[in-house]
Amino acid sequence: MALLNIVQSVNETLRTEMRRNGNVVLLGEDIGKNGGVFRATAGLLSEFGPERVIDTPIAEDGIIGTAIGMAMNGLEPVVEIQFLDFIYPGFNQIVSELAKLRYRSGGNFPAHVVIRAPSGGGIKGGLYHSQSTEAYFTHTPGLCVATPSSPTDTIGLLRTAMRGSDPVMFLEPKRVYRTVKEEVPSEEEFAIPFGKAKVIQEGTDVTLVSWAAMVHTCKAAVELASKENISVELIDMRTLMPFDIETVLASVKKTGRVVVAHEATKVSGFGGEIAAQIAERAIDSLEAPIVRLGGFDTPFPYALEQTYLPSPERILRAIRKAASY
Amino acid sequence: MLQVIKADGEFDPKVEPDLSHEDLLKMHRYMLTVRKLNEKGMSLQRQGRIGFFMESTGQEACQIGMSYTLSAGDWAFPSYRDPGTCLVRGVPMSALWDQIMGNSADEGKGRQMPVHWGFSKWKIVSLSSPIGSKLLHAVGVAYAAKYRGEKAIALASFGEGATSQGEFHAAMNFAGVYKTPVVFFCENNQYAISLPVRRQTASESIAVKAEAYGFDGVQVDGNDILAVYKATKSAVDKARSGGGPTLIEAITYRMGGHSTSDDPTIYRGAEEVELWKKRDPIVRFTKYLIRKGIISEKGNEKFLEQIDSEMTKVIKEREVIAPPDVSTLFTDVYSEMPWHIREEASEFMRDEGGPGAEKGEE
Repeated sequence: MALLNIVQSVNETLRTEMRRNGNVVLLGEDIGKNGGVFRATAGLLSEFGPERVIDTPIAEDGIIGTAIGMAMNGLEPVVEIQFLDFIYPGFNQIVSELAKLRYRSGGNFPAHVVIRAPSGGGIKGGLYHSQSTEAYFTHTPGLCVATPSSPTDTIGLLRTAMRGSDPVMFLEPKRVYRTVKEEVPSEEEFAIPFGKAKVIQEGTDVTLVSWAAMVHTCKAAVELASKENISVELIDMRTLMPFDIETVLASVKKTGRVVVAHEATKVSGFGGEIAAQIAERAIDSLEAPIVRLGGFDTPFPYALEQTYLPSPERILRAIRKAASY
Repeated sequence: MLQVIKADGEFDPKVEPDLSHEDLLKMHRYMLTVRKLNEKGMSLQRQGRIGFFMESTGQEACQIGMSYTLSAGDWAFPSYRDPGTCLVRGVPMSALWDQIMGNSADEGKGRQMPVHWGFSKWKIVSLSSPIGSKLLHAVGVAYAAKYRGEKAIALASFGEGATSQGEFHAAMNFAGVYKTPVVFFCENNQYAISLPVRRQTASESIAVKAEAYGFDGVQVDGNDILAVYKATKSAVDKARSGGGPTLIEAITYRMGGHSTSDDPTIYRGAEEVELWKKRDPIVRFTKYLIRKGIISEKGNEKFLEQIDSEMTKVIKEREVIAPPDVSTLFTDVYSEMPWHIREEASEFMRDEGGPGAEKGEE
């Protein structure tokens, strides 16, 4: 067991998998000597060399498209997009190519590319270093979407992503890259399957569903609620595609009340999918309307970012609303 | 602009590529086959027997000439106007028609529009409709080959319209920076749907763009199969021996419309089409072969009849093959079917049955 933060967990998993599998290559901007702007690839160039740790020109379409070709021809590329907000020049490669290759080729050209991208706000990043746009990717069949919140989950899910054969959007919670530390499993085979949510804390009154960095804000909200004698069950989805609706439904059947909280803008956010699934499958268990809480339906602001992001107090108000209906 | 055969079939023996009579005949036969495939494809669509078609008449020399340079381990990224690439690689005629018809024998399970081919056994990657995006895949495939120390190269062909896409720039740039063994083959057929090349770029040529990326760009007569072969062969050899990428621009002409949904008379004049008819790549190569005594007028006629009857037979055979099973709609999205797709598949199968009703799962 070692005490690692999330960015160290990424680094450690990449290193372990690259030692194990010579077909794994990394591509991204400033990932070589610089070790990535968040240092997720620090030290990897010196260990694995420039043919495996590939600094690229600044072109997300070029990075992702080249990675797709590498994957067609036997390599297993892991791409770093510097910020999720910069991914859009490569959006066509993700949506038209990566996501559809297995299907359109009748299963003959699956492209196993893992795309890592720091996601979410709270680092004073303004409009273009802050967004949580996971729903663009969950809306594209063919892509897996992982949204870890902790060092252990980062290791377990990244390993599953890298050892699998499907394209994965691996969205890293950059706000808590360094603030969350824990003892992590050191076994080289430790992995967490996709599509298994985690009950972070059991409770009886309200189900609170979240993912990524927002899980930590939710933890604070659960503390506040407990002081008001509201017992909240907190669920971390961990992956949004595939997603674990069973764990959510089991909790809803117990509590009858639900809050879904995420950083992404509320309208068309993945919280809407969770709310719809609950409504379709467990409406008889509901004692109150489902409450959705997201970032506001505006672009992400710079100066007012802490106002934009759901706070423990806002989540608490949502919990109260669900609990008191 | 590189040219070996002049319009009247006359040629300069000093620039003739080193090809046997057998090779020359094979190339000729491929060209005739592609022309016939285009005729049949257009006709079948008009008769309502296939849903859609895109012809490549006029571009036979490009398809065959460039693909004839490849070795078995190489990768090809043809466009929808390159059925000839598939044939040269060894794809059977029946497989091409299975794809065009979208039947259950199609490797792509009938999921793609006609002429959006992919034949994994021959390292022909299933193509998408957005143009330009595959150029990057060729760069990546070539990088992987180089990484493993293999001699394989990647050849990607595309129209001049694709050179306006950002992904064209990214692919040229990445190929230049990493010096990947890749050949970019632009079939400049003068039109991207309705837009003429002068509205696509202000560059004096497509080939000249290569200079900005730090590698060679060459221009070749795209209606001269030997010139196409020669230029591509030297680019392929260069790539294979570690010399990096080349951009080839072949000057040709799209004799038909963009697709069966297009009417080219709206945007171009008949005189222009007539002018290019005189530059027909098949007529030119036939004259060359006759001049060299490799084929006779009569022999050529026989060739044509043979190709026609063989293709008619293949079409008849493939047309009766059943469409893909309904259950294939839901497979190959992921390596394993996730629960939400499994659920919608089994609900649909339960409600609407069909021949695949029992196969809701992968």
